[in-house]
Amino acid sequence: MPLIEPGSAAKDYDVIVIGSGAAGGQTAYTLTMEGARVLMLEAGRNYDPRTESPMFQTPDTAPLRGAGTDEKYFGYFDATVGGGWSVPGEPYTNASTEKNRRFKWWRSRMLGGRTNHWGRIALRNGPYDFKPRSRDGLGFDWPISYDDVAPYYDKVEMLIGVYGTNEGLENTPNSPDGVLLPPPRARIGELLARQRGRTVGVPVIAAHRAVLSRPLDSERLPAKLHPGNPKAQRILAEDMRNRAACFWATDCGRGCAIRANYQSTTVHLPAALATGNLDIITQAMVREVTVDAAGKATGVTFIDKLTGAERHAAARVVVLGAGACESVRILLNSRSGLFPNGLANSSGLVGKYIMDTVGAGWGGQIPLLESLPAHNEDGAGGGHVYAPWWLYKEQRAGKLGFARGYHVEFGTGKTMPQGLIKFGPNADGNTSYGKRLREEARRYYGSFVSFTGRGEMIPNEDSYCEIDPKTVDKWGIPVLRFNWKWSEHEYRQVAHMQRTFADWLAAMGCTSTKMPDPDGRKAIEPGGSIIHEVGGAIMGAKASSSVTNSWSQTWDVPNLFVADGAVFASNADKNPTLTIMALAWRTADRILDQMRKGNL
Amino acid sequence: MNSPIPPKIDRRLAIKWMLAVSAGAVMARSPVLGAPGLSGAPGVPEPEPAHGYGTDPNMVTPSKPGEYWPLTFTEAQRRQAAVLSDLVIPPEGANPSASAVGVVDFLDEWVSAPYQQNLSDRKVVLDGMAWLDEESVRRFGRSFAESSEAERASLAEEMSRSPKAEPEPDTSQAFFRLFRDLVGSGYFTTPVGMKDLGYVGNVPLATFDGPPTELVAKLGLVDEVKW
Repeated sequence: MPLIEPGSAAKDYDVIVIGSGAAGGQTAYTLTMEGARVLMLEAGRNYDPRTESPMFQTPDTAPLRGAGTDEKYFGYFDATVGGGWSVPGEPYTNASTEKNRRFKWWRSRMLGGRTNHWGRIALRNGPYDFKPRSRDGLGFDWPISYDDVAPYYDKVEMLIGVYGTNEGLENTPNSPDGVLLPPPRARIGELLARQRGRTVGVPVIAAHRAVLSRPLDSERLPAKLHPGNPKAQRILAEDMRNRAACFWATDCGRGCAIRANYQSTTVHLPAALATGNLDIITQAMVREVTVDAAGKATGVTFIDKLTGAERHAAARVVVLGAGACESVRILLNSRSGLFPNGLANSSGLVGKYIMDTVGAGWGGQIPLLESLPAHNEDGAGGGHVYAPWWLYKEQRAGKLGFARGYHVEFGTGKTMPQGLIKFGPNADGNTSYGKRLREEARRYYGSFVSFTGRGEMIPNEDSYCEIDPKTVDKWGIPVLRFNWKWSEHEYRQVAHMQRTFADWLAAMGCTSTKMPDPDGRKAIEPGGSIIHEVGGAIMGAKASSSVTNSWSQTWDVPNLFVADGAVFASNADKNPTLTIMALAWRTADRILDQMRKGNL
Repeated sequence: MNSPIPPKIDRRLAIKWMLAVSAGAVMARSPVLGAPGLSGAPGVPEPEPAHGYGTDPNMVTPSKPGEYWPLTFTEAQRRQAAVLSDLVIPPEGANPSASAVGVVDFLDEWVSAPYQQNLSDRKVVLDGMAWLDEESVRRFGRSFAESSEAERASLAEEMSRSPKAEPEPDTSQAFFRLFRDLVGSGYFTTPVGMKDLGYVGNVPLATFDGPPTELVAKLGLVDEVKW
């Protein structure tokens, strides 16, 4: 215990969980806290944020002053290990060469997966977001409603700790009293954006982020999360006491050594390991889910990356939580006589309807924010405010020309300088240097505001992944080939973002002449680049038109579940991580219930 | 509600200063800016990045230029880079010059790195530095590092002019823009440079109090503070 050798897996696991991020972490947490024996397989190495997070390191201690590179795209100090847009030896391909028809796939190879570097933005889907087709006839309804998921949003928020406020805005749900932590105070640029947002009609409210603005209430919360389970309560209470509140320094993307923010490795895995019910094998690259003659899952075959040896682990239930596309890849590679087109694929829909978030951004210089007195703006290592989608009424009235909304995230303030700074031309169009360079640097530093739009993409027939017939990775496992297409809804949404941002910046006094590209086709970020990949094994009401039922249980293989974003039937503008965790908890509860009843 | 794009304003007011700092902050949280990986042929995997520090470097232990890839400046290039760096950022009061805070090592590290961006910057920087010495010899009979302060200043002034101000694009001006950005980056990312800029974060705090009350009042934002 807990990190075990590939050859020493026990024979009597209840559940194998593939992946250790938001989905795998939450599933393993819920199962082990309630007494199930779980084996977790992670394709990357072990990772401990307590000792590996570069918390106060300055860029002059990093190669290239911490600049982003081909190997560390988000900068040297980004927590991502073993991956990025490419993972050494583990390629993927695209079917098209056209810019807007390609997909970029961000992966990591580390315990905790992508939760270690994410932005910690933790938004609930609203009631509309589960029934989009009923509202506008596009995409798919989920077979569940907001009310089905709400209790699990409550639980996840109480477990991981989320700051924010309840504003009662349309399709932007409140949390029950006592669930959210207080938000940090807004920075000066965020206050200005809030004030001037009113003149362009955009509401600005406190962000919801998974950062402890104060310590979690270890007296009250464990009993609410694990009623009637004193062991789980004791473990969680102790673990909550071991998580410090934010000390308002260093970017969350570096990982958090004091465990003040959520990552699977700071919240889910320590508690799950403390139960004694969790074994983890790292460097375990899952090739396929194995089945018996009756078509039930028996376990998984994986490659021990350190030796290259192929191994098998067995359990009563298998849960995929490898990340939407990686889970799809495992299903499609699990071919057998019984399942010639891949596992759980009788609908032919495994790999179909993959979605990302629609992204575009624009920023500008704000004279009002020049030469401000020096003060500490680090805050919670990310945004303190955001703007939820606000034009539901106009959209219902058909005034916008696109069907779904977006929210806005901000970048402001005197953040730590890092990497290559492009100072640009001075007011005369020349290259400042010497005394003037210092003066202008002091004057303009921290006077920039940037907006990033994060919008809903509607699933479509042309956005899918499949097994590439020609390419395998270094382990001999066939890789994914991506197909991608945006619709006019996404392009028009991006054009709307850009117009809004230009207006908003102008309302803040921005005098920059450079205008964003009004053509959504040019301004849209490439598919996959927002790293909100979901879909590929969508849930639905019927076996013929979906891959899993409303419990994320595959229609074809009753003891096989999909806990990650692959089951999303739509991809609301809300960042998916909180919903992934809420659904994973719900799925784990279902597995426990069905195991107790002898159905699994 | 959203008006069309506002009309163009005088181009001379365009100020892109430090945009990268702001954009960098956003990028640390979300992939906003252009990303690689969009050029491959159908069905052919993207080429993997050149190997520099790898995808799993030890981030906690400080690294030094030269640790992951060899530095390549000659002694003469180091001398010239130091002289030109200190023209870009000379000492001022208690603040040291660029070369005094390791900027020459950073420049050498930057142009010697194996990544795509660095390979293309390497050509601009090394060609520019070679041109600068040739031009200095042609005009003054000695290398840039050996020429007088006034001679160096006259060359720097010419290189600092906007490329757009000339009828023909001048590569020496593009070189100087990049060299200046690199020197500024190398300087303002050190503790000394950050202090000079007015960055006072990266320290643990018991509470986050937000912006100073008087600043909030001065900008007319008192009503915005309440949630």
